[in-house]
Amino acid sequence: MAKPANTDPAEWVDRYGDYLFRYAMLRLRDRSTAEDLVQETFLAALKDFGSFTGKSSESTWLVGILKHKIIDHFRHQAREAPLGENDLREHPDPSSFDGSGHWTSGPADWGGNPADLYREKKFLDQLAKCLSGLSPNHANAFTLREIEGADTGEICKVLNVTETNLWVILHRARMLLRRCLEANWFE
Amino acid sequence: MLSCKDVTQLISESMDASLPIGKRIGVRLHLLICKFCLRYKRQLLLIRETARHLAASEEPYGSPTGEPLSVGAKERIRESLANP
Repeated sequence: MAKPANTDPAEWVDRYGDYLFRYAMLRLRDRSTAEDLVQETFLAALKDFGSFTGKSSESTWLVGILKHKIIDHFRHQAREAPLGENDLREHPDPSSFDGSGHWTSGPADWGGNPADLYREKKFLDQLAKCLSGLSPNHANAFTLREIEGADTGEICKVLNVTETNLWVILHRARMLLRRCLEANWFE
Repeated sequence: MLSCKDVTQLISESMDASLPIGKRIGVRLHLLICKFCLRYKRQLLLIRETARHLAASEEPYGSPTGEPLSVGAKERIRESLANP
Protein backbone atom coordinates (compact mmCIF):
# COMPACT_ATOMS: atom_id res chain seq x y z
CA MET A 1 0.00 0.00 0.00
CA ALA A 2 1.36 3.43 -0.90
CA LYS A 3 2.12 5.65 2.04
CA PRO A 4 0.87 9.21 2.10
CA ALA A 5 3.61 11.49 0.80
CA ASN A 6 4.27 13.19 4.11
CA THR A 7 5.58 10.22 6.04
CA ASP A 8 9.31 10.31 5.61
CA PRO A 9 10.89 9.38 8.95
CA ALA A 10 13.98 11.38 8.03
CA GLU A 11 11.91 14.53 8.40
CA TRP A 12 10.19 13.61 11.64
CA VAL A 13 12.62 15.29 14.02
CA ASP A 14 12.45 18.63 12.21
CA ARG A 15 8.76 18.44 11.69
CA TYR A 16 7.50 17.15 15.02
CA GLY A 17 10.46 17.23 17.42
CA ASP A 18 9.64 20.55 19.09
CA TYR A 19 5.95 19.82 19.32
CA LEU A 20 6.46 16.41 20.91
CA PHE A 21 9.14 17.74 23.22
CA ARG A 22 6.94 20.58 24.53
CA TYR A 23 4.10 18.13 24.96
CA ALA A 24 6.35 15.88 27.01
CA MET A 25 7.94 18.72 28.98
CA LEU A 26 4.62 20.10 30.15
CA ARG A 27 3.66 16.70 31.51
CA LEU A 28 7.02 15.42 32.74
CA ARG A 29 8.74 18.63 33.84
CA ASP A 30 12.16 17.07 33.32
CA ARG A 31 14.22 17.79 30.25
CA SER A 32 16.20 14.58 29.96
CA THR A 33 13.15 12.35 30.58
CA ALA A 34 11.22 14.35 28.00
CA GLU A 35 14.03 14.00 25.45
CA ASP A 36 14.28 10.27 26.11
CA LEU A 37 10.57 9.69 25.67
CA VAL A 38 10.49 11.73 22.46
CA GLN A 39 13.34 9.61 21.13
CA GLU A 40 11.59 6.40 22.19
CA THR A 41 8.43 7.64 20.51
CA PHE A 42 10.17 8.14 17.18
CA LEU A 43 11.88 4.76 17.44
CA ALA A 44 8.62 3.00 18.28
CA ALA A 45 6.95 4.82 15.38
CA LEU A 46 9.70 3.73 13.02
CA LYS A 47 9.30 0.12 14.10
CA ASP A 48 5.56 0.36 13.84
CA PHE A 49 5.56 2.30 10.61
CA GLY A 50 3.72 -0.41 8.76
CA SER A 51 0.69 -0.03 10.99
CA PHE A 52 0.32 3.68 10.33
CA THR A 53 -2.67 3.83 8.05
CA GLY A 54 -2.73 7.54 7.44
CA LYS A 55 -6.26 7.65 8.80
CA SER A 56 -5.22 10.06 11.51
CA SER A 57 -2.66 12.75 10.92
CA GLU A 58 0.94 11.87 11.49
CA SER A 59 1.23 14.24 14.46
CA THR A 60 -1.83 12.67 16.12
CA TRP A 61 -0.35 9.23 15.60
CA LEU A 62 2.99 10.24 17.11
CA VAL A 63 1.48 12.09 20.05
CA GLY A 64 -0.67 9.03 20.78
CA ILE A 65 2.47 6.93 21.11
CA LEU A 66 4.12 9.57 23.28
CA LYS A 67 1.07 9.80 25.53
CA HIS A 68 1.25 6.07 26.25
CA LYS A 69 4.91 6.39 27.11
CA ILE A 70 4.22 9.29 29.48
CA ILE A 71 1.52 7.35 31.31
CA ASP A 72 3.83 4.34 31.57
CA HIS A 73 6.42 6.64 33.05
CA PHE A 74 3.93 7.91 35.66
CA ARG A 75 3.02 4.34 36.50
CA HIS A 76 6.67 3.48 36.91
CA GLN A 77 7.31 6.54 39.09
CA ALA A 78 4.38 5.68 41.34
CA ARG A 79 5.77 2.17 41.79
CA GLU A 80 9.26 3.44 42.54
CA ALA A 81 8.16 6.09 45.01
CA PRO A 82 4.76 5.22 46.44
CA LEU A 83 2.77 7.79 48.37
CA GLY A 84 4.20 8.67 51.73
CA GLU A 85 2.69 10.13 54.85
CA ASN A 86 3.83 13.50 53.61
CA ASP A 87 1.84 13.28 50.40
CA LEU A 88 -1.35 12.60 52.29
CA ARG A 89 -1.21 15.16 55.01
CA GLU A 90 -4.32 17.12 54.22
CA HIS A 91 -3.12 20.61 54.74
CA PRO A 92 0.30 21.42 53.47
CA ASP A 93 -0.26 24.91 54.75
CA PRO A 94 -1.73 24.55 58.24
CA SER A 95 -1.03 28.21 59.02
CA SER A 96 -3.82 29.13 56.60
CA PHE A 97 -6.37 28.01 59.17
CA ASP A 98 -6.84 28.61 62.86
CA GLY A 99 -7.71 25.96 65.43
CA SER A 100 -11.39 26.00 64.52
CA GLY A 101 -10.69 25.69 60.80
CA HIS A 102 -11.29 29.30 59.79
CA TRP A 103 -9.00 31.18 57.43
CA THR A 104 -6.30 33.09 59.24
CA SER A 105 -5.58 35.31 56.26
CA GLY A 106 -7.76 34.16 53.39
CA PRO A 107 -6.85 33.94 49.73
CA ALA A 108 -5.89 37.33 48.29
CA ASP A 109 -8.05 39.13 45.79
CA TRP A 110 -6.41 38.42 42.43
CA GLY A 111 -7.97 41.61 41.11
CA GLY A 112 -8.81 42.74 37.61
CA ASN A 113 -10.62 40.16 35.59
CA PRO A 114 -9.07 36.86 36.66
CA ALA A 115 -11.12 35.04 34.08
CA ASP A 116 -8.85 36.56 31.43
CA LEU A 117 -5.65 35.51 33.10
CA TYR A 118 -5.31 32.20 31.41
CA ARG A 119 -4.91 33.98 28.10
CA GLU A 120 -1.70 35.52 29.33
CA LYS A 121 1.31 33.52 28.31
CA LYS A 122 3.27 34.55 31.39
CA PHE A 123 0.54 33.24 33.64
CA LEU A 124 0.58 29.93 31.78
CA ASP A 125 4.35 29.76 32.20
CA GLN A 126 4.02 30.53 35.90
CA LEU A 127 1.54 27.70 36.39
CA ALA A 128 3.88 25.29 34.62
CA LYS A 129 6.69 26.49 36.87
CA CYS A 130 4.62 26.09 40.04
CA LEU A 131 3.64 22.62 38.89
CA SER A 132 7.26 21.60 38.60
CA GLY A 133 7.74 22.61 42.24
CA LEU A 134 5.30 19.97 43.49
CA SER A 135 6.35 16.47 44.49
CA PRO A 136 6.13 13.99 41.57
CA ASN A 137 3.04 12.27 42.97
CA HIS A 138 1.15 15.53 43.38
CA ALA A 139 2.28 16.94 40.06
CA ASN A 140 1.48 13.71 38.19
CA ALA A 141 -1.99 13.50 39.73
CA PHE A 142 -2.72 17.12 38.82
CA THR A 143 -1.33 16.63 35.31
CA LEU A 144 -3.45 13.56 34.66
CA ARG A 145 -6.58 15.22 36.02
CA GLU A 146 -6.33 18.79 34.76
CA ILE A 147 -4.02 18.67 31.77
CA GLU A 148 -4.95 15.26 30.38
CA GLY A 149 -8.54 15.48 31.65
CA ALA A 150 -8.47 11.84 32.78
CA ASP A 151 -11.19 10.67 35.15
CA THR A 152 -10.35 9.72 38.70
CA GLY A 153 -10.82 5.99 38.15
CA GLU A 154 -8.14 5.93 35.47
CA ILE A 155 -5.78 8.04 37.54
CA CYS A 156 -6.15 5.73 40.56
CA LYS A 157 -5.03 2.82 38.37
CA VAL A 158 -2.02 4.64 36.99
CA LEU A 159 -0.87 5.97 40.35
CA ASN A 160 -1.98 2.89 42.26
CA VAL A 161 -3.92 4.79 44.93
CA THR A 162 -7.44 4.62 46.34
CA GLU A 163 -9.98 7.21 45.28
CA THR A 164 -10.03 8.74 48.76
CA ASN A 165 -6.27 9.17 48.68
CA LEU A 166 -6.44 10.64 45.21
CA TRP A 167 -8.88 13.30 46.44
CA VAL A 168 -6.48 14.23 49.18
CA ILE A 169 -3.57 14.43 46.74
CA LEU A 170 -5.52 16.57 44.29
CA HIS A 171 -6.76 18.83 47.07
CA ARG A 172 -3.25 19.28 48.27
CA ALA A 173 -1.83 19.85 44.79
CA ARG A 174 -4.45 22.52 44.01
CA MET A 175 -3.90 24.25 47.32
CA LEU A 176 -0.14 24.36 46.78
CA LEU A 177 -0.48 25.58 43.20
CA ARG A 178 -2.87 28.31 44.30
CA ARG A 179 -0.48 29.45 46.96
CA CYS A 180 2.49 29.36 44.58
CA LEU A 181 0.61 31.43 41.98
CA GLU A 182 -0.42 33.93 44.60
CA ALA A 183 3.13 34.28 45.88
CA ASN A 184 4.75 34.60 42.45
CA TRP A 185 2.20 36.36 40.35
CA PHE A 186 0.14 38.65 42.50
CA GLU A 187 2.63 39.97 45.00
CA MET B 1 -21.35 23.14 60.64
CA LEU B 2 -18.58 23.00 58.04
CA SER B 3 -15.39 24.94 58.69
CA CYS B 4 -13.46 26.76 55.97
CA LYS B 5 -10.83 24.05 56.17
CA ASP B 6 -13.51 21.40 55.50
CA VAL B 7 -14.98 23.46 52.71
CA THR B 8 -11.67 23.84 50.84
CA GLN B 9 -11.35 20.06 50.83
CA LEU B 10 -14.93 19.64 49.61
CA ILE B 11 -14.50 22.27 46.89
CA SER B 12 -11.59 20.28 45.51
CA GLU B 13 -13.50 17.01 45.84
CA SER B 14 -16.48 18.49 43.99
CA MET B 15 -14.17 19.10 41.03
CA ASP B 16 -13.51 15.35 40.78
CA ALA B 17 -16.76 13.70 41.85
CA SER B 18 -20.27 14.77 42.72
CA LEU B 19 -20.69 15.34 46.42
CA PRO B 20 -23.42 13.66 48.44
CA ILE B 21 -26.43 15.97 48.72
CA GLY B 22 -25.90 16.91 52.38
CA LYS B 23 -22.34 18.05 51.78
CA ARG B 24 -23.32 19.79 48.59
CA ILE B 25 -25.91 21.88 50.39
CA GLY B 26 -23.49 22.53 53.26
CA VAL B 27 -20.87 23.87 50.84
CA ARG B 28 -23.40 25.99 48.99
CA LEU B 29 -24.67 27.60 52.18
CA HIS B 30 -21.13 28.20 53.38
CA LEU B 31 -20.20 29.91 50.11
CA LEU B 32 -23.14 32.30 50.50
CA ILE B 33 -21.64 33.75 53.64
CA CYS B 34 -17.88 33.19 53.23
CA LYS B 35 -16.12 35.39 50.69
CA PHE B 36 -12.74 33.70 51.25
CA CYS B 37 -14.01 30.24 50.40
CA LEU B 38 -15.89 31.64 47.42
CA ARG B 39 -12.69 33.29 46.25
CA TYR B 40 -10.79 30.06 46.85
CA LYS B 41 -13.27 28.17 44.70
CA ARG B 42 -13.05 30.71 41.85
CA GLN B 43 -9.27 30.58 41.95
CA LEU B 44 -9.23 26.77 41.78
CA LEU B 45 -11.57 26.90 38.79
CA LEU B 46 -9.29 29.46 37.17
CA ILE B 47 -6.32 27.15 37.74
CA ARG B 48 -8.28 24.33 36.08
CA GLU B 49 -9.07 26.57 33.13
CA THR B 50 -5.43 27.61 32.87
CA ALA B 51 -4.22 24.00 32.93
CA ARG B 52 -6.59 23.14 30.09
CA HIS B 53 -5.39 26.14 28.19
CA LEU B 54 -1.80 25.01 28.69
CA ALA B 55 -2.66 21.64 27.21
CA ALA B 56 -4.32 23.30 24.23
CA SER B 57 -1.58 25.87 23.64
CA GLU B 58 0.90 23.28 22.42
CA GLU B 59 -1.22 21.89 19.64
CA PRO B 60 0.94 21.60 16.54
CA TYR B 61 -0.06 25.01 15.27
CA GLY B 62 -0.96 26.77 18.50
CA SER B 63 1.32 29.29 20.16
CA PRO B 64 3.54 27.00 22.15
CA THR B 65 4.85 27.65 25.59
CA GLY B 66 8.21 26.38 26.77
CA GLU B 67 11.49 25.78 25.04
CA PRO B 68 11.98 23.74 21.88
CA LEU B 69 14.03 20.56 21.66
CA SER B 70 17.71 21.46 21.88
CA VAL B 71 19.95 21.19 18.85
CA GLY B 72 22.01 18.52 20.59
CA ALA B 73 19.00 16.40 21.41
CA LYS B 74 17.72 16.70 17.85
CA GLU B 75 21.06 15.54 16.57
CA ARG B 76 21.06 12.55 18.94
CA ILE B 77 17.55 11.55 18.02
CA ARG B 78 18.23 11.90 14.30
CA GLU B 79 21.21 9.63 14.68
CA SER B 80 19.27 7.01 16.63
CA LEU B 81 16.61 7.02 13.92
CA ALA B 82 19.21 6.55 11.20
CA ASN B 83 20.73 3.56 13.06
CA PRO B 84 17.83 2.07 14.95
